[in-house]
Amino acid sequence: MAPNDMTLSRRGFLAGSGGLVFALTLGVPAEEALAQGASPQAIGAWVRISPDGAIVIRAPAAEMGQGVQTIVPLILAEEMDADWARVQVETAPVAEVFNNPAFRSQFTVASLTVKGYWMPARLAGAQVRRVLVQAAAERWGVAPDAVRTEPSVVIGPSGQRLTYGEIAAFARVPETLPAVQPADLKPVGSFRLLGRDVTRVDMAEKSSGRTQYAADIRLPGMLYATVARSPASGQRVARMNREEVAALPGVTHVLDLGHGVAVVGRSIPQVFAAREALRIEWSGSPPGAAVDSERDKALYLSHLRDPNRRPDVVFSRTGDAPAALQSAARTLTREYVSEYCYHAQMEPMGAVAHVRADGADVWTGTQWQTMAAMKTARITGLPPERVRVHQLMLGGGFGRRAHTEYIDDAVTLSKETGAPVKLLLSRADDLASGRLRPLTAQRVTMGLDSEGRIVALRHVVACEPVTPYMYGAERWRAVEGRDVITMRGSSLPHYTVPNQIAEHIHEMRGARVAAWRGIGCGYTKFALETMVDEIARDLGRDPLAYRIAMAANPRARAVLERVREMSGWPNAREGRHLGAAFAEYGDSLNATVVEISLDRALGRIRVHRLWAAVDVGLPLQPNTIVAQIEGGAIFGVSAALKEEVTIRDGAVVQRNFHDYPILRADVSPEIEVAILRGSDTPTEVGELGLPPVAPAIANAVRGATGKGLYHLPMTPERVRAALAG
Amino acid sequence: MGAFTINGRRVTTDAAADTPLLWVIREELGLTGTKYGCGAAQCGACTVHLNGAAVRSCVTPVSAAEGGTVVTIEGLAEGNGNGPHALIRAWTEEQVAQCGYCQPGQIMAAAALLAATPRPTREQIAEHMAGNLCRCGTYPRVVRAIERAAREA
Repeated sequence: MAPNDMTLSRRGFLAGSGGLVFALTLGVPAEEALAQGASPQAIGAWVRISPDGAIVIRAPAAEMGQGVQTIVPLILAEEMDADWARVQVETAPVAEVFNNPAFRSQFTVASLTVKGYWMPARLAGAQVRRVLVQAAAERWGVAPDAVRTEPSVVIGPSGQRLTYGEIAAFARVPETLPAVQPADLKPVGSFRLLGRDVTRVDMAEKSSGRTQYAADIRLPGMLYATVARSPASGQRVARMNREEVAALPGVTHVLDLGHGVAVVGRSIPQVFAAREALRIEWSGSPPGAAVDSERDKALYLSHLRDPNRRPDVVFSRTGDAPAALQSAARTLTREYVSEYCYHAQMEPMGAVAHVRADGADVWTGTQWQTMAAMKTARITGLPPERVRVHQLMLGGGFGRRAHTEYIDDAVTLSKETGAPVKLLLSRADDLASGRLRPLTAQRVTMGLDSEGRIVALRHVVACEPVTPYMYGAERWRAVEGRDVITMRGSSLPHYTVPNQIAEHIHEMRGARVAAWRGIGCGYTKFALETMVDEIARDLGRDPLAYRIAMAANPRARAVLERVREMSGWPNAREGRHLGAAFAEYGDSLNATVVEISLDRALGRIRVHRLWAAVDVGLPLQPNTIVAQIEGGAIFGVSAALKEEVTIRDGAVVQRNFHDYPILRADVSPEIEVAILRGSDTPTEVGELGLPPVAPAIANAVRGATGKGLYHLPMTPERVRAALAG
Repeated sequence: MGAFTINGRRVTTDAAADTPLLWVIREELGLTGTKYGCGAAQCGACTVHLNGAAVRSCVTPVSAAEGGTVVTIEGLAEGNGNGPHALIRAWTEEQVAQCGYCQPGQIMAAAALLAATPRPTREQIAEHMAGNLCRCGTYPRVVRAIERAAREA
């Protein structure tokens, strides 16, 4: 079975003496890593070169389709001048040496994996290359700078050749690795691997059903479990029909976990059937139990409108927006609403745990391996070195798998039952216990000068902050109320708008909230970019030309100009309408144009085509970038038109894909992506496709009808209401 | 005791007659390429072929397979003596998969389409594949991979 295979391959790895093992520490002092109990040969080995020339490079981050299992090792291979055909990528274990320096944790969020590992992985690769070069030079009795490398081979001044494998057979890794400075790295122009597409290392397995996800792990004597979590966080079980459910076929345990009820048994269908039969009455009145999405949006809007309700925090500020709005020739104010959204990752949450007296193993796909290992140690009381988290592929993440509560439950249940436990949520429970993109209301005011230039912006967002729920009270105090997740995208950094303020009204409702693809930009850019478009059109200006004129940054102008070209702007086909929007995500840029049709009677919008021009700094894997932008755009169309979670009395109303529909293939747009190289550093990609999509759609509708759409998702009912208004 | 043929192999099961075929395939037979996504025939991640037709194994009772022939993604990847199905290679060539979780179901649905309609139009593909959800947004590549497989078959 699979886990045994994994154990074997690990043993094989440990036993594979001979060759060079590099315990590189990326941005973390080696002593600190070793103090975690890691033996460098066993755990810290980023790179191993065997005498036969095979090279193993460890992949430290969570692979959920964004390609990092390939790209991070590829960066290292580039600087080490490895023959990629001889490289085998292996998923790294959880150890501090594999931390993303951006988080000092193995944590895959916010599109920061490639950006975070970029420089340290290059330096590490260069160190490996230097060791190989020095060993060869020493053997030949020549100066190290007289030799050069070709893929996996060192070449001496008189044409001598030693392959990396041959060197690995005799060389030693020095106690202290040679120091390498950024100036010693390859110039971007001489890259052999980066910038050209390689086949993703996970592609063949994923195309033939061989990839393993958490639910695919089977262990001897394993029990199966599912958890009915309290509808709102903080509720407890008052009463349940425990005896009735425990007597059902195949059920071995019905356990009150405090935050929910676990049903454990001999097979998944039996456990799922028993869970359906479970009747639980919940007690307690935590704040979340009062959440009601319908009522709360009215409440949020009232907070935005109340002149006596000052926002809780200024998130960002440049210039003096209040004064500039006072003196503006004209101002425009609009309000926007966006509903709760569910990640709808295709793999429901799950994990396999095996807790024994002498150690614990966990198999799962998580965006936060470090947290999973830490919590497993805490729950079991085992020392950290006795805990192993076997990271598998993630069946979608999008922020959902940055939360690890399902791993905690699997570990707790294995500990309680004394058996290996496979925990799997049904789709209904996955949705019911979803960590959602928060409900938001926004109020945006822009001030114009007499020539129609935007000179001031005030952006107020009323929503539940994600930081306290995701990272805890201590972190929330430390950031002083500035929530980088929900407030993301709330300014206009690439237009010349000298006076800007973004403020947050903290709606502390106790809802379960999370980062979601695009993070705050999914709604903040909807508000800002529909208003920019509205201003342009009402001035009689072409909305793209208006943006280009305002764009201070030549990179922003470049993506806007490129998308104008690609889409044939402003000429739409018969019966179709174009809309544009622009958004930054971190240091990356995206200008998107959509082509829509609108059924006015039904209020139904369909996006037929979509063009995106993106600047991602230095594009390392163009085809993967295109795939990510396509995926983000489709996610964006789905969110913009369809996705809405309703919460009543603290509980999610929707149950499955019939009442939480996501976009399907028959109405998915054709997409064309252009990648612009804006710098020599790779920047954010995964979130980048989504932010401009919703505003571009709304702008296309307004361009066609003169009617604005201010509420996400833009469902047929809302569109009909807007057209009638 | 039920019996059926899966990927050319005769198997028996003690599972109750109403047990979804999906769980017999995954947990009893260990063929884990077929995925659970929704349990309600909404997402298509569990698609397999039963007697040549694409079915949602999460809502198909194992009794429906009695005496029948089941093919899963593993069967398609092995092929029947002629190497993997053309779709398997096309999927890699077009770099379709992202997270990959829904892809076995997508490929099984696509194989049923090509069996019935060897040269489908783009519209036929999009319509046929509407039953299979992909949250990563690989739909454009799914279409291209099916077109490629149809061309190269």
